[in-house]
Amino acid sequence: MTTTEAPRKIDADSARALPGKRSRRASRGSLRGAVSATTLLWILAALYGLPVLWFVLSSFKPAGDLFSLPLTVLPHNPTLSGYEAAWDSANFSQYFVNTALVCVVTTVLTVGASCCTGYALAKYDNKWLKFFFLCILATTMLPSEVMLAPEFLVVRDLGLYNSFGGIILPAVLTATGCFMFRQFFLTVPDELVEAARIDGARELSIFLRIMVPISRPIMLTLAILSFQWRWNDYIWPLLMLNDPDKFTVQIGIQSLVGAQNINWSVLLGGSVISMIPLIAVFLVFQRYVMSADINAGLKD
Amino acid sequence: MTKRASDVSASPPRRRSKYTLAPLVLIAANVVLFSLFFVWPAVIGLVYSFTNYTGVGAFRFVGLDNYQNLFGDSIFYDALGRTLLYAVLVVPLNFALSLLIANLVVSKQAKGATVARVVFFIPWLISPIVVGVLWRWLFGENFGLINYVIEQLGGDPIAWQSNADLSLGVVVMAGAWWGTAFSMLLFIAAIKNVPTSYYEAASLDGAGPWRQFVSITLPSIAPTSFIVILLNTINAMKEYPLFLALNNGGPGTSNNLLVQYIYQTGFKTGQIGYASAASFVLMLILMAVAIIQLIVNRRMENR
Repeated sequence: MTTTEAPRKIDADSARALPGKRSRRASRGSLRGAVSATTLLWILAALYGLPVLWFVLSSFKPAGDLFSLPLTVLPHNPTLSGYEAAWDSANFSQYFVNTALVCVVTTVLTVGASCCTGYALAKYDNKWLKFFFLCILATTMLPSEVMLAPEFLVVRDLGLYNSFGGIILPAVLTATGCFMFRQFFLTVPDELVEAARIDGARELSIFLRIMVPISRPIMLTLAILSFQWRWNDYIWPLLMLNDPDKFTVQIGIQSLVGAQNINWSVLLGGSVISMIPLIAVFLVFQRYVMSADINAGLKD
Repeated sequence: MTKRASDVSASPPRRRSKYTLAPLVLIAANVVLFSLFFVWPAVIGLVYSFTNYTGVGAFRFVGLDNYQNLFGDSIFYDALGRTLLYAVLVVPLNFALSLLIANLVVSKQAKGATVARVVFFIPWLISPIVVGVLWRWLFGENFGLINYVIEQLGGDPIAWQSNADLSLGVVVMAGAWWGTAFSMLLFIAAIKNVPTSYYEAASLDGAGPWRQFVSITLPSIAPTSFIVILLNTINAMKEYPLFLALNNGGPGTSNNLLVQYIYQTGFKTGQIGYASAASFVLMLILMAVAIIQLIVNRRMENR
């Protein structure tokens, strides 16, 4: 911040504007900066990527080769036997259908409920709406993991034990979702609502005809987040579901890990299969997640 | 709640509060869900924490017995201590890594940032259970890649699984690795919102990149830092599936965390009342953490 520092410390960006020797020296400095920044970035990327790569490559090894020394990075005889074994033995196909069903239904409900609530919180001004907003924020302090036992009793008393409803309904209300929609609708000018009112539109049709369509990007972002949360849920489905035919993918994988002797070949195959849907969804819709300004966001 | 509320909104003839029905319809679904799955469990949880309820049949009130037993239970203290230690380790690590990566990704100097950003994102898409499996595979004592590499380099294999502290260390790494993407996303958005003119002015004054980071970036993104730390602390305090899949809270019971303790007392041994008491202690801790961070944040802003 002080001007006492030597000019050689000048940053590359500003130096570009300066003529002569100085700029050449600075551009050499910026090259060094670029090289070191790029190197650091890719070392870190390797640290984040290599564990996944090793895991995925291992899953293509035949069961007999998994532990044979020396360990090799690439599988010698790539095989899908682990995948086939996981898919058949652990009833994975059923788990997949269950998880997909739960994820899709919960996501649709979450997006719908959050959109309505977010709009009401942003565009109407009432004391009790403000109070409800505080209530929603408070739910982040009270995650279901914390209220495990009493929440279980409530869902059981509602007759939802061992049903998908018992997993879906408690997960619909999320602070993040309401918050994202509220922030978005705050940026929509009030004049739009006023103009529609003057034209004689009714409140709910303003919401449905005008507001819902323009909030599509937020819907997609929240849908991806919600899908990720629900796909990866573990404790709550484990508590709620008793019938193995209703188990979700995460329960299936944990039951493989919890076994006395872990069958790594099946476990690796099953784990990689379970990762595929989310990674596919993410790669297709990544710009909605990456560009999302969920800055106000609260995580579920 | 809604009945009382609509009375309030009807009485003063303010212009905007004439719309009562529409917002009520819009929030109805979430109000019902909120009452069912937050208010109701919170209330009965509080009531049961003063009883010896086991989930079925009758129960009687035992006053503060559950809380007294809890504070006399060394297993609870171990779980609490381990949970706090985990949070204290994983939150700063996650913070430092995600802030560093966010800065690298937005800086124009680093090449290939778009691709790298996808790589950083992949771990976040993997479920905590599978993250546990993945790191267990990597850090297996007899079969893991890490120990294999250490041995090839001439070192002795490290007891990643049978040493309680090293085992916790692996979970800390796994937790930070998993959580980086989300924090990074928040930081990227925050850093992009800092006006570039600040940096231009600073570099004209001769401030280097590090000085710019400390004097401009850090203060500008302080609100985001606050949210990142708060969310990560809450998440760390309730971590369970990651431990379960990575080392099953082991070796032995040395890395049993609070949620696992609640789960086991509540559902394995059926002491619902006792587990509810533990839940409330955890909730109070979470609230205390949030309030302390809020106060610190206010102080920093007012300085």
